[in-house]
Amino acid sequence: MSTAEAKVRLLDRPLYRGIALFIALFVLVVVAGVSQGTASMLLILVQATGFALIALGLNIQWGYGGLFNFAIMGFMMVGGAAVTFISYPVNPAFWDSEGPMLLGRALLAFLIGLGVVYAARQTRRLGLRGFGYGLLVVLAWFAAYVIYRSQIDPAAAYIESTAGFIGGLGLNPVLGWMFGGLLAAVIAFFVGKISLGLRTDYLAIATIGISEILRALIKNMDWLTRGTMSVSPMPWPTPLPQALQAQGVGIAESFVQARLGFLVLAVGLLVIVFYFIQRAYGGPWGRMMRAIRDNHIAASSMGKDVKGRQLELFVLGSVLMGVGGAMLVTFSQIFDPSGYQPINHTFMIWVMVIVGGAGNSWGVLLGSLLIYVVWILSDPVAQLIFLNLSQVTQNLGWGAIPEIDSRALQMRVFVLGVVITVALRFAPKGLIPEVIRHDR
Amino acid sequence: MDELIFFINRVLISGTVLGSIYALGAIGVTLIFGILRFAHFAHGDMMTMGGFIAFVLAGLLTAMGIVTPLPMGFVVLPVAMVIAAFLALGIDKGFYAPLRERGAKPVTMLIASIGVTLMIQGLLRLIFGSGTRSFYATESKDIFRIDMSAFGGTRPISITEPQVLMFVVTAALVIALHLFLTRSRLGKAMRAMADNADLAQVSGINTALVVRVTWIIAGSLACVAGVMLALDVALMPDLAFNIVLPIFAAAIVGGLGHAYGAIVGGFLIAFAETLAVFNWTAVLRPLNGLLPEGMALPSNLSLVPTEYKLTVAFVILVVTLLVRPTGIFKGAST
Repeated sequence: MSTAEAKVRLLDRPLYRGIALFIALFVLVVVAGVSQGTASMLLILVQATGFALIALGLNIQWGYGGLFNFAIMGFMMVGGAAVTFISYPVNPAFWDSEGPMLLGRALLAFLIGLGVVYAARQTRRLGLRGFGYGLLVVLAWFAAYVIYRSQIDPAAAYIESTAGFIGGLGLNPVLGWMFGGLLAAVIAFFVGKISLGLRTDYLAIATIGISEILRALIKNMDWLTRGTMSVSPMPWPTPLPQALQAQGVGIAESFVQARLGFLVLAVGLLVIVFYFIQRAYGGPWGRMMRAIRDNHIAASSMGKDVKGRQLELFVLGSVLMGVGGAMLVTFSQIFDPSGYQPINHTFMIWVMVIVGGAGNSWGVLLGSLLIYVVWILSDPVAQLIFLNLSQVTQNLGWGAIPEIDSRALQMRVFVLGVVITVALRFAPKGLIPEVIRHDR
Repeated sequence: MDELIFFINRVLISGTVLGSIYALGAIGVTLIFGILRFAHFAHGDMMTMGGFIAFVLAGLLTAMGIVTPLPMGFVVLPVAMVIAAFLALGIDKGFYAPLRERGAKPVTMLIASIGVTLMIQGLLRLIFGSGTRSFYATESKDIFRIDMSAFGGTRPISITEPQVLMFVVTAALVIALHLFLTRSRLGKAMRAMADNADLAQVSGINTALVVRVTWIIAGSLACVAGVMLALDVALMPDLAFNIVLPIFAAAIVGGLGHAYGAIVGGFLIAFAETLAVFNWTAVLRPLNGLLPEGMALPSNLSLVPTEYKLTVAFVILVVTLLVRPTGIFKGAST
């Protein structure tokens, strides 16, 4: 046996392959760090950690459960709105006004509306069927909608004109992250409850629709999130660069220190989450989930509650998306609902999971860090290419390429598309595929 | 009378325009789903791509100094359709066919189509920048005003030239598609394959040819829809998801795999969107005279605020999927 052959076999083993790939990633990060500067490299690393959390969430849903979720952007926005509400300083103008009372009335109207719909649905018990029942339910929904709108519209207009928006509670951002996870869980519960019965491609379309609805709501509810006007600056759980500067740290140094502090917190969270996910995956719970994914008919004949378990996975994954989304908002210090795009948020996460290896947490971790670094770096690299090309065209007498800055930024989208199509074609199971153990 | 004219201008005309665009897009989505069994997410970008092809061609003609009585976008439409059809074939050959040969699951194809979306979108933005462009930078948009004073109206019904042409082209294309699907051998083969691909293959239908024809039809119709959208509003490279989701909604409401359903669904979604944001007070204002003293209609009686216009399509989409996933006509998706 030649050494080359042995090497191939060595790299075929997931463990060695994983180690080799992580070393390669480390080298890439170091090279990027040297070329981009430590502060901006730390920025990329913190954001990559946040995206890794979200990708692990998708891995729970897609990798462990085979559940399609194109609503990642929606859950990230929910997390962002939650952390804004919890950690942004208190807005006294709102609490001193009649706003809370009006909002309370709107909440009451919402509950009344729910009651109307519930009552209409209960007519089934009285023997109402068919067209009459359908008509009644539709009318009840309409009535509920009108009741709610009649209360929320004046409240929203009042708050927007007097206090701007409701502000926050001024609590610790980490509490906000947890609240983001909780809120995402509640929404995921209802989304999953109504849509998980759909076939995969229908589920994909339904979830992308739901995520667009969530985006439209968060973007246009100015009284809650300030909408397109965006909320900033968000407080950090760790010292901000400005706080460090006040203590006498140099400006460049303060950014490195502050981001390092945030990175430690973020990585700590990631490590804890990763540990528990790995434990759960290896344990009986993970085995059951894989059994349901691979053959849900067989699993249900063994007495497993397929629908309930799938809902459980969907909610669990969404919690991580909410937490990750909240963390990213805290780090960037701004919550801007119009900054969320399906490409940058939903589909980039999918590329991370598929390229890394769906079902394998290590693979997903590698994929998320790798894709995020590639995503960020394709901009300067494209600029470099364009500048050189521009030089060539100028030398040829065709003139320079216009708007290089904004065009190079678009290169990211193209690169992402190329990466995913190439991955699907040549490595459909990802860089570090799921290891299927066959115990005797 | 003025209220009726207002209604025609704001709902009937703009709803029909939007409906034509959605219908043409939805036919492509539904045909691809029927024949190839996957949700083709890149369709919105194929539309934008078609719009840009026509834009470049129109620019070339204008640069050559050719002036036509019709808007440039319509003159170049046939050529743009051919180019778009070839591009669609190329995309299939390059990205979907290899996966199909490997026997990939529909979900994998779906993700691949997302990849294609990203690539097309990235390329378009790289080449054309991310700004908005218009076909009417050099020529003016003709507006026909139909005088309604004979019927007691003070304002005219106004309709633009591209809108009229759009109705004509859509009607012609839909009739042509209908004749193709019902009369020609190939069209019947397509319907047979949508019904049962295996049965179609053993009964001697050239399935590879059917797949090619599907892409040609879908690609060229997407091009027409894209050009129409560009002529009616403006040409934007990042339209993709704002347009592909209503189109999916239309295809699903009509029943995926069902070409006529897609047309009905397209108009249904378009009118639902337009009617939902329509301010009913404008039409019901005469009723103010009937109401008792001190009571008046509120100034805005639209069902949903304008900023939620697109959301209407998504809500219909989600509700349809949950209540009746096969669509109002039974789709071929069972």
